[in-house]
Amino acid sequence: MMRLRAKDLDRCVGCQVCMYACSRRQGKIGTEYSGILAVSLSGFERGATVIFCRACERPPCAEVCPTGALVPRKGGGVRYAESRCMGCGNCVNACTLGAIFRRRDGKVSVCVHCGYCVSFCAHGVLEYSEAEA
Amino acid sequence: MRSRVLFINLSSYEHWSEDFEVEEWLGGVGAGIRLLREHAGRADPLSEGNAVVLSTGQFTPAYPMASKCVGMFRSPLTGTLGESHAGGRVATSIANAGYLAVVILGRAEEPVYVVVENDRVHFRDARAIWRVRDSIVVGRIIAKREGGAGVRSVLRIGAAGCSMVRYACVNTETYRHFGRLGMGAVFGSKNLKALVISGRGSFTPERLSCYRRIYREIFTRITSWKEAKKYYTLGTAANVQPLNEMRSLPSLNLRQTHLEGAENISGEAFAERVLGRRVACSHCPVACIHIGALRVPYGDEPYFYKTLMVGYDYELIYSLGSMLGIRSAGEVLRLINQVERLGMDAISAGVALAWATEALERKLVSRRETIEELKFGRVEGYIKATEHLASGANEFYRALGMGVEHASRIYGGEEFALSFGGNEMPGYCTGYGAYIGYLIGSRHSHLDAGGYELDQKLAKEGKELSPEELVDTLVRREVEKQLLSTLVVCFFARSIYTPELVATAFEPLGMEVSPGELMQIAERIYAEKQRYRAELGFSMDRLRVPERALKQEALGRSLSREYVERALRYFAERYL
Repeated sequence: MMRLRAKDLDRCVGCQVCMYACSRRQGKIGTEYSGILAVSLSGFERGATVIFCRACERPPCAEVCPTGALVPRKGGGVRYAESRCMGCGNCVNACTLGAIFRRRDGKVSVCVHCGYCVSFCAHGVLEYSEAEA
Repeated sequence: MRSRVLFINLSSYEHWSEDFEVEEWLGGVGAGIRLLREHAGRADPLSEGNAVVLSTGQFTPAYPMASKCVGMFRSPLTGTLGESHAGGRVATSIANAGYLAVVILGRAEEPVYVVVENDRVHFRDARAIWRVRDSIVVGRIIAKREGGAGVRSVLRIGAAGCSMVRYACVNTETYRHFGRLGMGAVFGSKNLKALVISGRGSFTPERLSCYRRIYREIFTRITSWKEAKKYYTLGTAANVQPLNEMRSLPSLNLRQTHLEGAENISGEAFAERVLGRRVACSHCPVACIHIGALRVPYGDEPYFYKTLMVGYDYELIYSLGSMLGIRSAGEVLRLINQVERLGMDAISAGVALAWATEALERKLVSRRETIEELKFGRVEGYIKATEHLASGANEFYRALGMGVEHASRIYGGEEFALSFGGNEMPGYCTGYGAYIGYLIGSRHSHLDAGGYELDQKLAKEGKELSPEELVDTLVRREVEKQLLSTLVVCFFARSIYTPELVATAFEPLGMEVSPGELMQIAERIYAEKQRYRAELGFSMDRLRVPERALKQEALGRSLSREYVERALRYFAERYL
């Protein structure tokens, strides 16, 4: 099973091209559907980083999901069954990394490790590779 | 197509949104000029009646390198059209919040800052931070209080904006600015310390697979594009050395066009000695923002340092470096840092200090006026002088804060007051293209027509143009730039976003428009700008050409006043 990884976070320039790629993958222009966030480190003088799902083996977000919208995925992380999501936000609070994001309709955006963003990262921050067994 | 415009009235603490006719004017500068003309009219620039329009384009956030925001207002510096573009996250935040543009009207009774979060608008008390002089600190305080990290922009002013220095800027994301023509003073006049815009939004393209294909094509062109290398390796600072070699680096208030020791403030010197990091505007893979790291010791205690992270570009190295005779990368960074924190346009501030230095040298003014000893090459005096300038410490600094043209009318020295149309000179003295471009350009900027590029191209080809041919060429170039400014695509990507590509890229967004129609829109916008300028009292009769500029040879040619005057007469007859 493949997963998205941080190859070298220090190389992040905060360009957010990965965020736009993620929404585009889901048929949208913008950032609302992005399961990844490029953000400055308390101001650009300290540089930037990307926040996304680190593929927990036992994902807390799935544990607190009351409807089974987030289901543990083989190789770590979750699958997101949007139709089951009722927008309670438990998962947003449960994620230690802050890697689940609210959409305007109350539902969430989360990285499902499709790897689409990697080919748009021009700075070698992200990589897509086989998850450890 | 995104067409909602958010209006914020500071006088009544109200907000509402309206639809804008995008088919005719697209967005960016097109929407900007229409909204400004309608809502600011002929109001005094620092009155309640002036408006600030922040306008984005239809390509934001659909395509990469289209993340510029056009700021429009009536300029308190020139009295005519104020137009200033900023990158960072302003445009993408506005677009993701669902708006084409944001229009700020009125004046708050007490200092406020305004927060836009998607559909919601909050008016917050800014009395406690109004007197915080440092724009970086203001940004930090607000960023901590407000949400939206990563999808927001914090536009704020420093001391210069609050005291309405006519070339105060608005700082955003620490390293980007609405720099020129005084938007910061307009914020100050409105009692508006900051504007936070945060947005997470989405739009559905009309034709998804076509959109994805065109996006990838544009992205591939950008990332495999050789010209981009210039922007991400040394940055625009790469211009210092070649301009100095061709005797086109304005130095010591343009007494010289070549600076001994310029190799110490070249792009190469900055990159080798101080470059600490590069960052990017939102949705742009180029990452051209160069930030220097400078370790500064505190004089009162051994082994006690601070490390400043200061953004630099060619224009700043010119205005706060060569123009002031500062020949060390570290000292230039210290001065940039100071101007940045106080929130002034770096070009205008540097040119103003250069004029003041020469005025002091020629005894037109004394230390009573300048307070500090201003001498070319001495950074300490300049650092202190920027404080006086930002606070309007005495009558002299208050006059200087109204622009170098204004100050020279009072104290003399007009022949070496380097301003064009009331705006302090950008960093190019390459000849008629540059100078006439500054004079006739809608915002008196080097970016209106890029005359400096034209001068170099003509010199290389050994060509000379008549004044009329030159004006026609400059106007054509300015019209072409209106297209990029409606989208709003960064000028660095001008060779990628051709009218043909732009027309193709509009298709999946649901708009059919031909390259010819796009150029008609660009012409309409240019004409609208000229109309508005005329309404605001712009006329060629009021333009002056500083004697100093004409005295210097440009790219090996001497310049004549007759040529410039003939060009201006032709422009007035043909285009106004």
